[in-house]
Amino acid sequence: MTTEKTPTATKVVNPDAAHDALTAVDPRLLVREQGLKGYFSEFKRKVHAGDLGSIPVVIGLIVIAVIFQTMNSQFLSAENLSNIAVTMVATGMMAVGIIFVLLLGEIDLSVGSVSGVSGAIVAVLSVTHGMNEWLALVVALASGAAIGALHGFFFAKIGAPAFAVTLAGLLFWLGFMLQLLGENGTINLDGEGVVGQLTTYYFSDIAAAYGLAAVAVAGFFLSSFFDNRRRAAAGVPSRPLSDIVMRTVLLGVIAFAAAAMFNQYKGLPLALVLFLAVLVITDFVLRRTAYGRKIFALGGSVEASRRAGINVTAVRVSVFALAGLFAAVGGLFWASKIAAANQSAGAGDLLMNVIAAAVIGGTSLFGGRGRTWNALLGVMVIVSIQYGLALEGIATPIQYMITGGVLLATVVIDSVTRRTQKTAGRA
Amino acid sequence: MVHVSATPVLALRGVSKRFGAVQALTDVELEVHAGEVVALVGDNGAGKSTLVKTIAGVHPIDEGSIEWEGKRVSINRPHDAQNLGIATVYQDLALCDNIDVVGNLYLGRELHKRGVLDEVEMERRALELLKTLSIRIPSVRIPIASLSGGQRQTVAIARSMLGEPKLVILDEPTAALGVEQTAQVLDLVERLRERGHAVVLISHNMADVKAVADKVAVLRLGRNNGVFEVKSTSQEEIISAITGATDNAVTRRAARNAEVTK
Repeated sequence: MTTEKTPTATKVVNPDAAHDALTAVDPRLLVREQGLKGYFSEFKRKVHAGDLGSIPVVIGLIVIAVIFQTMNSQFLSAENLSNIAVTMVATGMMAVGIIFVLLLGEIDLSVGSVSGVSGAIVAVLSVTHGMNEWLALVVALASGAAIGALHGFFFAKIGAPAFAVTLAGLLFWLGFMLQLLGENGTINLDGEGVVGQLTTYYFSDIAAAYGLAAVAVAGFFLSSFFDNRRRAAAGVPSRPLSDIVMRTVLLGVIAFAAAAMFNQYKGLPLALVLFLAVLVITDFVLRRTAYGRKIFALGGSVEASRRAGINVTAVRVSVFALAGLFAAVGGLFWASKIAAANQSAGAGDLLMNVIAAAVIGGTSLFGGRGRTWNALLGVMVIVSIQYGLALEGIATPIQYMITGGVLLATVVIDSVTRRTQKTAGRA
Repeated sequence: MVHVSATPVLALRGVSKRFGAVQALTDVELEVHAGEVVALVGDNGAGKSTLVKTIAGVHPIDEGSIEWEGKRVSINRPHDAQNLGIATVYQDLALCDNIDVVGNLYLGRELHKRGVLDEVEMERRALELLKTLSIRIPSVRIPIASLSGGQRQTVAIARSMLGEPKLVILDEPTAALGVEQTAQVLDLVERLRERGHAVVLISHNMADVKAVADKVAVLRLGRNNGVFEVKSTSQEEIISAITGATDNAVTRRAARNAEVTK
């Protein structure tokens, strides 16, 4: 910063700030103090500005754990938590796809039906027609992506509202799935097959869970460390080392606690490993590639994106294709969980749970704000409630009402923080 | 005024543009030199926006010619204008509220390193750019939504500077800004001139025009209605050219009588 100021600029500064204006650094600049103190002051500033991030949902998870644990001591057992971790993957995978669509500020109501279609395709091809299961799996995923791209085409190219297109898709693909399954209505899958093992396979060696935790922690530390060193070398603001260490320790505690918990039951579930891999990859794509930047840009301002030379139609179609693909992935995990493709797949409260998971996790319904990690937190909340109530033998009607209440609470928190953000100039 | 080159960076010669039954521009002439701020003024519907759009390549011209650094060129698409070195900052800002300053500056032309966004290099260059333009914003890593209107406008202008343009067109950059914010933007316009850019400034605000422009080109009903040196012209003269106060039945009659008596 130079102290050089043009006469006009000095004139317009108000008298109180006039003294400061002469100093080299503008007092309004957000300069972070180094060390722990700086970390906390930054945190306080963010909370005041309504930038709560994941705090509400983490607090919510703790509250859920405490309540259900006091009701039934089985809730925090390794078996129950392992089951929650496996069950949540189907909904979670679909929530990842929905988050991409929500980032555009759009909605996809067809993901439930598309997931049912994907399960039905695998079952019909591999069981009824005897196709190789891997091939059937690829066909199912490709169909999901193609269905999503079709929705995207009608939305982006023809200009029909995404809400209406995917509502039509919800009905159409539900009918398509029922037609595929035929009169029988249920096709049982081979529990030892590829799809069957998606949710039943556990890495029983205790080294697997600890190893994954160690790799995750080391990977996180090294990538932050080297990224930071590059920033420091380039002379742009960087995080203090203590900050990185603190984050790494926090991640390490959570990762190793989870690993120890899984090892007390059957070991590290394959489903969870796949889910975490998808989260890491999609998060990377969204935040570190030009494609991800385009998605955020479209969620912020379509006109600005178009002027910046972004191919709006292509990005929109591709995002809906991704939603379809992840719906298909979720459908496979769903079919794996019940070891069959049946008429109720993709129906009921699945769609609502998927959207609720994305929103509860902290993805904005208004576009342009969110991360795929939100899917993990949100789906943990929803599935924990389901399992906790099931342990108590509380029936589905009450489950629906409680999940609905949680969703409402989340959007209320979202709206209130948005209002705070507006007054803090951050909306 | 700083150094002004002999050959204009941009010259319009007898440009006309027609939309259906509407003759939006008729024989318009305009010259802009490097290191010069030309204000383009006129009443609503005078053809300012149309003229700017013909330069920016949004509407190709029907008649006349555009000369770029003395050579005749044709601008048919926005891309042509960008390739020549013309950057346009439109009135409604082309920024994404949810993306941070660095992301917005580089939107659509991100820097890559092994296929991945090179955030560090983008941030370093963004800081450098903002520093050379003496733009002060709280942080380059906060979303555009948390900036004031004036700061957003300066970011939008800074964004246009990334392509090192020779000519910058600013469409009503101070409309809807407060006093201090307007001053920030005007400071920036002066800095663009000091760095040798040619600037076309569209404005309704006479105070702004008097403050930063070197020349004022007045459009009235799609035609030139005089080009004035700002220093030697009073505000009233410019306004009468805009409103056509000097061109009415009374003045025309006076002019005719003067000819007759001669």
